[in-house]
Amino acid sequence: MTRITAGRRHPLARYAVLLLALGLLGGIYTFVASTTGRADASIAAGRADDVAEGKKLFQQSCASCHGFNAEGSNVAPSLVGVGAAAVDFQVSSGRMPLARPEAQAPRKPPPPWVNETTIRQLSAYVESLGGGPTVPAAEQVDPAKGDPAKGGELFRANCIQCHNFVGAGGALTRGKYAPNLTESTPTQIYEAMITGPQAMPVFNDSIITPEQKRDMIAYITGVRSQVDPGGAGLGRIGPVTEGLTAWIVGLSLLVLAAIWITAKKRQAK
Amino acid sequence: MSITTVPKPIAGTSSFLDDRLGAGNFLKRNLRKIFPDHWSFLLGEIALYSFIVLLLTGTFLTFFFKPSMGEVPYEGSYEPLKGIMMSEAYASSLHISFDVRGGLLMRQMHHWAALLFVGGMMVHALRVFFTGAYRKPRELNWLIGVLLLTLALFEGLTGYSLPDDLLSGAGLRITEGVAISLPLVGTWITFFLFGGEYPGEDVISRFYSLHILLIPGILLALITAHMILMWVQKHTQMPGKGRTNENVVGAPFYPAFMVKAGAYFMFTFGVIALLGAFAQINPIWLFGPYTPADISAGSQPDFYMGFLEGSLRLMPPWEINIAGFTLPMSVLIPALVPMGIIMTGLALYPFIEQWVTGDRSEHHIADRPRNNPHRTSIGMAAVTFYGVLWLLGANDELASFFHISLNATTYVGRVMVFLGPAIAYYVTYRVCLGLQRSDAAVIGHGVESGVIKRLPNGEYIEVHVPPNPAIEAHVRGKAPVPMLPGADGDGGGERDGVPPKQLRGPLGRLRVKMSRAYGGEKIPLDDGHGHGEEHAAIGSGEDRSLTH
Ligand code: HEC
Ligand code: HEC
Ligand code: HEM
Repeated sequence: MTRITAGRRHPLARYAVLLLALGLLGGIYTFVASTTGRADASIAAGRADDVAEGKKLFQQSCASCHGFNAEGSNVAPSLVGVGAAAVDFQVSSGRMPLARPEAQAPRKPPPPWVNETTIRQLSAYVESLGGGPTVPAAEQVDPAKGDPAKGGELFRANCIQCHNFVGAGGALTRGKYAPNLTESTPTQIYEAMITGPQAMPVFNDSIITPEQKRDMIAYITGVRSQVDPGGAGLGRIGPVTEGLTAWIVGLSLLVLAAIWITAKKRQAK
Repeated sequence: MSITTVPKPIAGTSSFLDDRLGAGNFLKRNLRKIFPDHWSFLLGEIALYSFIVLLLTGTFLTFFFKPSMGEVPYEGSYEPLKGIMMSEAYASSLHISFDVRGGLLMRQMHHWAALLFVGGMMVHALRVFFTGAYRKPRELNWLIGVLLLTLALFEGLTGYSLPDDLLSGAGLRITEGVAISLPLVGTWITFFLFGGEYPGEDVISRFYSLHILLIPGILLALITAHMILMWVQKHTQMPGKGRTNENVVGAPFYPAFMVKAGAYFMFTFGVIALLGAFAQINPIWLFGPYTPADISAGSQPDFYMGFLEGSLRLMPPWEINIAGFTLPMSVLIPALVPMGIIMTGLALYPFIEQWVTGDRSEHHIADRPRNNPHRTSIGMAAVTFYGVLWLLGANDELASFFHISLNATTYVGRVMVFLGPAIAYYVTYRVCLGLQRSDAAVIGHGVESGVIKRLPNGEYIEVHVPPNPAIEAHVRGKAPVPMLPGADGDGGGERDGVPPKQLRGPLGRLRVKMSRAYGGEKIPLDDGHGHGEEHAAIGSGEDRSLTH
């Protein structure tokens, strides 16, 4: 006891108390300040723990390329500000995590850990870094609510130069390609337009309004599920497969017929 | 049935007609016309019968098609285009497809028949080329054929543009691009064709007149002339037993050939109907109406135009600027040069060959392709040239299908368009000589009998027997490729005295050189060994060379 009492009188004690107080104050301040910051972000993205979970997932599967805090690296771009829609598009279509560097990240079956929850958590984390386009609501992408005829016109005006009339896809330069749109979900179509993955331009809401986007989704999903009225669709890529069919089926059958007809020879008498 | 007895239906009909028109003899003579039998002689008929199907289905289409570019809103039954503004031509094509009973089938049959029409002409022309059937006296009919092929391309192009959909619009745009880049007359021609600035209001109706009236009319006239000439000059025949340059061996037109031809018409019609019913072609409703602003990935023309598309894609962007005028070589060269090379080359080949070989005699026996190796190689080189351009016309589909870089296809194509024909030439030449050697072996050593014999020294040999007479006659039908009179002999014309006047001078000497390379017998049938009979006889197996 006496030792403490004696210490209290020590000339340095005043400074020690001051330091302690300052430290405490700073600590509390930092603590409070950081939690309020995080709380704000997680309110925006859904749930507070999504961000934390998302961060964990990110550091396991994505940080090797995109950097520990998604700041980017020399192999992959920064994800600050790309938004939840970009993450949802890239991960749900299996493009991310990228397996190996290629001309373009291909659509592939997602790894087993990917599901609605993990995608939501990853998106929440990336969104917490700097906002960006959000995942559209179900009603925004409902094909039943769109007008396919209007959507078709917009689709022809904006998309077919890369994706072809029926969304069969097409080649771009140097090994890049616009993929076919046969597997994209309505949500992915919407997200592709607002995030512009890789070589695809961004079609933001001032270029194509959300209603117009829904019309286009109605057209794309409608046409691709349409039964070809003329018989086998031949891949719906037009004259190339038609020409092949004319030669391989049509002319071959006729040549075989010619051989068959002339096989029986009349003997000259 | 002997050739001299006339079957009753002919005799009856012709005497009926004879009594009234005095035309009976004509019928009697012509219905007994002899046609040689070989499967490749039917290829031309694919084109003929497809043309008939085109006339029939095309006429059906004219009942409903409206060749107008006036804008109307679509009110038909195809939902995804409801209310969209489009030309009447496009709307009426949709109407044919969805609201006219059997209309879609007719449209599809018309289009498939168009593809088979041109494809049939191509394989037919190749057959004629490789068997040398274009030689005297058939050069004129060959020229008619080349004209038919060229016209068919234009017929196809105009027809393809009629529905005024976004895909055919891309073709129209290229047509306009080519027309307008012609020096001097370009602008004038474009304005004439389109009736003003592209796309204008007139082009569909102009193409319509061309497509259903003018070009089919000329086609029909030329096809008739083609048939008449063929009839009068008689068909060539493959070399074989009893076949000479003076006779035709085969079946008479009535009844045997008529039955075969009739059956073949049914086949052609059937294949077109099958394709029309089960394979979708030109789904214009998926393409949408034409507007000059839109263009799709994977825009291709029909296959017969593919080589032009390919050459356009292959061409580096060159242009020449003279005195303020631009000559876009990147459009002009690909549009005119390959077409020029192929069509002019086809048209002139019989005459160039005559010039080189100095051969002015008539030929009614077809060559087997191997027996004129240079001709066959030139043909294969041309096919390769065409084929490379054709593939390149679809390079974007190839790139996306095989996941290769689009740029790589273009670079490879630029090399292959020159290298490919050279390789094809060399390989074909070797293959021809190889086949000639195996023919010589058949004559010289006979064919394998399947009988294995053991020689006294323990060696096993397979006994060869003489080939069956029909095969032997077929093989022996070979004749050396003719050569200029002065060109044969090892020293050539110059050494054996003064060459004839037309063979002097640089051109004359070139002609002699070419003649010597092109003509002559490369692998004589009864070559070297000269003791073929011994080899062939069963049991006379004293010779080891039997095993080779
Ligand atoms: C092998 C390296 C690699 C891995 C691992 C990886 N990425 Fe990427 N990512 C890239 C590259 C490279 C790009 C840019 C080019 C592209 O999109 O193909 C990219 C692009 C993206 C984009 C689009 C950015 C934009 O501008 O729109 C998103 C979003 C993304 N990645 C998310 C992720 C997520 C989430 C993960 C983890 C599940 C992940 N990535 C894992 C390499 C990687
Ligand atoms: C300049 C060419 C270009 C245009 C124009 C374009 N895209 Fe794309 N699009 C691409 C490319 C390249 C990709 C592949 C991106 C990737 O793999 O990350 C793509 C991907 C997509 C995808 C994802 C496909 C999948 O695998 O799920 C959709 C959906 C899509 N685009 C829709 C559209 C729509 C709708 C439009 C018109 C508004 C459009 N695109 C216009 C080039 C284009
Ligand atoms: C004289 C006979 C012919 C007539 C009357 C005719 C008539 C027509 C008509 C009215 C159309 C437009 C209707 C539509 O496309 O729905 C058409 C389209 C077409 N024609 Fe012809 N045609 C004839 C011969 C040919 C020939 C010889 C060719 C081929 C070389 C050809 C190739 C085409 C093609 C490719 C189309 C587009 C078909 C499509 O819409 O898918 N036609 N023709």
